Amino acid sequence: MTQLLSEHGGTGTVPSADAGTGAESAGRAPVVVLENLGKSFGSGAPVLEDINATIRQGEFVALLGASGCGKSTLLNIISGLDGPSSGALEVPADGAAFMFQDASLFPWLTARRNVELALKLRGVGRAERKARSVELLELVNLGHSMDKRPHELSGGMRQRVALARSLAQDRPLLLMDEPFAALDAITRDLLHNELERVWKETGRTIIFVTHNVREAVRLGQRVLLLSSRPGRVVAEWNVSEEHRTDAGAAGALTADITTRLRQEIRKHA
Amino acid sequence: MPETVTSPMLKSGTEDDMRSLEAGLDSLQSDAVERRRIDFSRVLLPLAAFIVLLLAWQFYVSLGLRRRDLVPGPLDVLGSLGALWQAGTAQEAVWTSLQRGIIGFTVSIVVGTPIGLLLSQVRLLRRAFGPLISGLQVLPSVAWVPAAIIWFGLTDATVYFVMFMGAIPSIINGLIAGVDQIPPQYRRVGQILGASRWEMAVNVVLPAALPGYVGGLKQGWAFSWRSLMAAEIIAMGGSLGFGLGSLLEQGRQLSDMGIVMSAILVILFVGIAVELVVFAPVEKRLLRGRGLLAGSTR
Repeated sequence: MTQLLSEHGGTGTVPSADAGTGAESAGRAPVVVLENLGKSFGSGAPVLEDINATIRQGEFVALLGASGCGKSTLLNIISGLDGPSSGALEVPADGAAFMFQDASLFPWLTARRNVELALKLRGVGRAERKARSVELLELVNLGHSMDKRPHELSGGMRQRVALARSLAQDRPLLLMDEPFAALDAITRDLLHNELERVWKETGRTIIFVTHNVREAVRLGQRVLLLSSRPGRVVAEWNVSEEHRTDAGAAGALTADITTRLRQEIRKHA
Repeated sequence: MPETVTSPMLKSGTEDDMRSLEAGLDSLQSDAVERRRIDFSRVLLPLAAFIVLLLAWQFYVSLGLRRRDLVPGPLDVLGSLGALWQAGTAQEAVWTSLQRGIIGFTVSIVVGTPIGLLLSQVRLLRRAFGPLISGLQVLPSVAWVPAAIIWFGLTDATVYFVMFMGAIPSIINGLIAGVDQIPPQYRRVGQILGASRWEMAVNVVLPAALPGYVGGLKQGWAFSWRSLMAAEIIAMGGSLGFGLGSLLEQGRQLSDMGIVMSAILVILFVGIAVELVVFAPVEKRLLRGRGLLAGSTR
């Protein structure tokens, strides 16, 4: 399947949330529902306006947009770090796990202790903490560096520890704010595979924010395009397995999304 | 459209391929284990510097520009230090001062730490008392000696009071500075991980502020040692024990430069010893553990 399921023209039209939901996850329970969500800081122009989206259990959604489109603001609202100015949202009651662009590991703790801290703050007992943290670090192939401090790890390794830590939070929803943006290309490619594998093994619902079209196509089951100032969902694509294995299909979709993204950016010229 | 779009990323390779690729990258990108060995330059260089200074001193004295009893040479000072040691005066003075220093410093930590934590966490208190605490740090604690003598007479209480006024403000300020310098991201992570206020303080704020706190302790020790010496020099007699400051003052009263220089050198030596034995290892361990030592001249 290479065709787009929903592509909307002008900025005024917002795709209805259900129209673009992939066939495989259509029947699942919604995890995040955003209804006419808006956000503005002080009396300034709105950062987010009229955002509608439904993200279902186990989905991997890539949120794509140029710099300054309010992607991070949207994630903060979904995670509960910030509140919306208007509209309504439905999110899991126990919050969401969060992964930042920098690993944000605590430098005074070893990789394993960093993961253990997340378990400890969740109220997991000491013995189980130890076993579980080892398990999670092995899941991200870091069994060999568990007792190293963050500064002894490479950027990619630190992000994998951060991934293990966010999995330790054991929340069904995982929010990722450009987590691979600062990594080198080789490491980033590798972490895409890693993340996809972890996603399949753990069944998490993931919202992945990025400004990289290729990354969005490589990872997301759905790609939502956010316009800039104000940020709204202006287009949506479904990505199938073919888009990740067939160069022609992948190229066509990437080109398509890139064109649309550039179109959005030009409006501000 | 003439615009170029870079080629997309494709999935490729089996899981085993990926594992071995990742293992290769990991070993390429993380540092090799650093070798730990005894660094002789750490011992030899300060020793060499010390010897150079001694030689310069001896050379100056041997020029005979000043009366020998006013400017004694290193050997003369060593001689009077030996005499003081033989009489037991030196040991008594060092022991008395060190004991007071340790007790005073410990009490300062116990008092200063909770106050510092409270001020760093409660905005109202910080705004109200912050300037006063900073001011106290600027005020030389010797200024309190006359007041303390009037209040407490020539007792140990005078000496301790002056030490507290020197050490407590710098410990409080060190802790506040340490807390202020915590990157906001750490608290954000703590919040995301679901930490309560107390858990945040214990698991995030305190460990993150530790380097600043240790810096404050170090300064607090320096201030309490200085204040102690000042108090001992000014306040002598009464029920006060005989400390290094008292030894110094006695040397002045006897116009014995050998004693004066001996006392100064011993005070300096105790300061260096405490820095080398107590603070330097703690600080180094702390910084190395956080990867903050790379490229420093320590």
